[in-house]
Amino acid sequence: MPNYTFVLNGSPVTVNAPPDMPMLWVLRDILGVTGPKYGCGVGVCRACTSHLNGAAFNPCVTPVADCAGQRVTTIEGLAEGDTLHPVQQAWLEEDVAACGFCQAGQIMAAAALLATKPNPTDDDIDTIDNVCRCGTYHRIRKAIKRAAAG
Amino acid sequence: MAEPTATPDQPAVGRRRFLTYVIAAPTLTMGASLSAETASEATPGLPDIVDLTDALVLAAAPTVHNLVVEITPANRVVVQLPREEVGQGITTTFAMIVAEELDARLADVEVRLQDATPANLMNQLTGGSASVSVLYQPMREVTAAMRARLVTAAAHRWGLPAGSLSTRDTMVIAPDGRTAGYGSLSADAARVLLPEVSAAPKDPTRFTVIGTPRNRIDALDIVTGRARYTHDLDVPGAKPTVVARPPTIRGTVASVDDSVARGMPGVLAVTRIPTGVAVTAETFDQAQQARDALKITWNPGPVAGMSDVDIRTRLRAAAPPFVLPPLGTLTVEGEFSFAFLNHAPLEVMGAIADVRADRAEVWMRSKSPIPAQAAVAAAVGLPQSAVTLHPIRGGGSFGRGLFFDAGPEAALVSKAIGRPVKLLYTRADDMHHGRMRPASFHRVRATYLLGTVLSYEHRVGAVELDLRHGFGDVITALGAGLLPGPFAQTVFHLTQNMPYNFGVETYLLGEVPLGVATSSWRSIYSGAVAVADEIMVDEIARRLGQDPVAFRLARLSGARERAVVQKVATEGGWGRALPPGHAQGVAIHEEYKGCAAVLVELDATGTEPRVTKAVVAVDVGRAINPRGLEAQLAGVVVDGISATLRAGNHIDNGAVRESSFTDFKWARMRHSPLQTEVHVMPPSTGKPGGAGELGFPAAAAAVANAYARATGTRPRSFPIAG
Repeated sequence: MPNYTFVLNGSPVTVNAPPDMPMLWVLRDILGVTGPKYGCGVGVCRACTSHLNGAAFNPCVTPVADCAGQRVTTIEGLAEGDTLHPVQQAWLEEDVAACGFCQAGQIMAAAALLATKPNPTDDDIDTIDNVCRCGTYHRIRKAIKRAAAG
Repeated sequence: MAEPTATPDQPAVGRRRFLTYVIAAPTLTMGASLSAETASEATPGLPDIVDLTDALVLAAAPTVHNLVVEITPANRVVVQLPREEVGQGITTTFAMIVAEELDARLADVEVRLQDATPANLMNQLTGGSASVSVLYQPMREVTAAMRARLVTAAAHRWGLPAGSLSTRDTMVIAPDGRTAGYGSLSADAARVLLPEVSAAPKDPTRFTVIGTPRNRIDALDIVTGRARYTHDLDVPGAKPTVVARPPTIRGTVASVDDSVARGMPGVLAVTRIPTGVAVTAETFDQAQQARDALKITWNPGPVAGMSDVDIRTRLRAAAPPFVLPPLGTLTVEGEFSFAFLNHAPLEVMGAIADVRADRAEVWMRSKSPIPAQAAVAAAVGLPQSAVTLHPIRGGGSFGRGLFFDAGPEAALVSKAIGRPVKLLYTRADDMHHGRMRPASFHRVRATYLLGTVLSYEHRVGAVELDLRHGFGDVITALGAGLLPGPFAQTVFHLTQNMPYNFGVETYLLGEVPLGVATSSWRSIYSGAVAVADEIMVDEIARRLGQDPVAFRLARLSGARERAVVQKVATEGGWGRALPPGHAQGVAIHEEYKGCAAVLVELDATGTEPRVTKAVVAVDVGRAINPRGLEAQLAGVVVDGISATLRAGNHIDNGAVRESSFTDFKWARMRHSPLQTEVHVMPPSTGKPGGAGELGFPAAAAAVANAYARATGTRPRSFPIAG
């Protein structure tokens, strides 16, 4: 099996894996990075949403080979040390989470949205397709607006 | 455990009285039990049992003492909670109750999920929205008694009268300003024989934590990705495992050829278990690839060849007949059908198991850990006492977590291959073989004369609901013959209550045993029965030419129910002018010692209907954490939108059609209201009722009623999208 090197949460890592192995299992089963969650494995629920070079992507449908030489950020790498990302901070202030299982993906999706649209409209926020089964959408919407107003 | 040491000044609490006792430990560690002289009162009689909440409270009462709270030398208050956290916020709720009675800082309270403890009997089941109803008072008793002992210990240390000391922020404070942290007093407090200040819980007028909005105690862990769910645990050596499952519901393996799969990269073992063929590998990716390479011949399951249309015919036939004759044109009738509905918690089912020759250890999300532990023990042939089961926080439940199918499966594989395993249901596994709300058919008839409803009959034909997760034990414990019929009939009758003055009211259930996997879905039977009722209420009002809100206010029998309807009508601007194709809808539900009303506005002009606004009013008797309660009620609005308009399961030739969130169309952000308001009513009864399931029927019915008014149709089959 080939080796793949990429930057994970700011540090270079090298893994030995088949080229088509989805990044979700590389992260979870090989590297022990469990913030990205398995919720469907087919890129639909988006609980695993993380960043590839700063843009939202779904590791469950992205082969490790596609990440070679790229910058991968999971929820574990979003904060700057002990300083939370503004989206994480807004999530605390709005007390968004319920069960919490989708929230890493929701936060990463929101952070990616704000990176391209600093003042998102309701229609922009509606493009986030991540499933929240507890129905925290109203607080997610408020938290995104709060982070945008920052 | 422990020599019980009775404290002398326990007040009577309602009809029941708790005794607190110190558990032998170097730190102050306490529990509570029903006092001996009143324990007999816990044996219920029919008049005691009005609804499911009563049943669950009474069944749990003899063992509520298995609440264990410890003050550690490091000034932490550690609670062993015999309940499961699945997002409902139960750990935050109990941390608040403990902080209140102890005068501790909320941040110093740590709530752990207690291992399966068979001595808890009926008091380790998280279901029926009864956790707070059951444990509120005993938790207050325990922690108030702890506070009294801590104060007494400080008084002895300082040589001051105990009555002169006060408590705040996890410390005892002397009049001269000296302070002592609870941790530093814990060992002394464990040896206090008689508290010298009152050990009674606070008068609610002195509450500073209970009833105030608080954020989740685990919020920081969640937003940083540190919160751990079952599959995030690092159990050394536990290998990823998935199971090849049959193409039809509950089919069985006839033969398997695993020659290719065994030779694939990373594959460690292939194991035949009763529910399918398990593959264990170094990664979940390898396990899934090898699973797909298995060549299996399957025997058909119990509904092979059966599809929705056949099931609907059987449900229709199972609905018991009406008793009263129709009154000609003075009759309003409706027939409704509700689809199977997967719980679809975002965290799929799974378990980690490590089975050895003489013992087993299991980590899994579980709302009923004692039956889960028993099932694991039975599966691997060990006594229950040799199985340790650690409940792990669950990523949503909605009823799914009551069942524990993954636990025995993981244990069987671990036993067979002699190493720990972590078993995962894929999303398709949980859609195809997970559990569902039973599909149901409803026939409802109301008669009226001169504007008065004379009779209301509701008949249900439903696929059999599996309650073998502990509810059955509860009903059994309450005594055979208490109510007629088997468990499901008993639960049905405990949960059905008509909140309106509608003359002669009868509800009857006919069940169809199909052998498909079912489980209570949020609100159990009311999630369909009460939704149909509230649609009928709108239709009766329309027939009588009355406004839906005015009609409800005139006929609801309880003041609390009228108050929440009035609240949403006022706050939501009931009757305000809306553009064509838009409409408001309203509904109310009363259960779990509380009530909730929901008003929504729906826009039916787009390609698919969208609820644009939701206004909820909720009265749970006493809200412990209004912010958490608001989250639950806003959540059920999304459930109501999803189940009424969009999402359901279909059965085609004995198999569930849906596989994931592509075809199971649960609401996303773009389907959720742009504006959601939740109004928490001030304490009414003073006693906290249930929250998790309370709001769903009203939310689902309000969406249906708004859709009916916006489109001029009469929705009869749910989800409306088909």
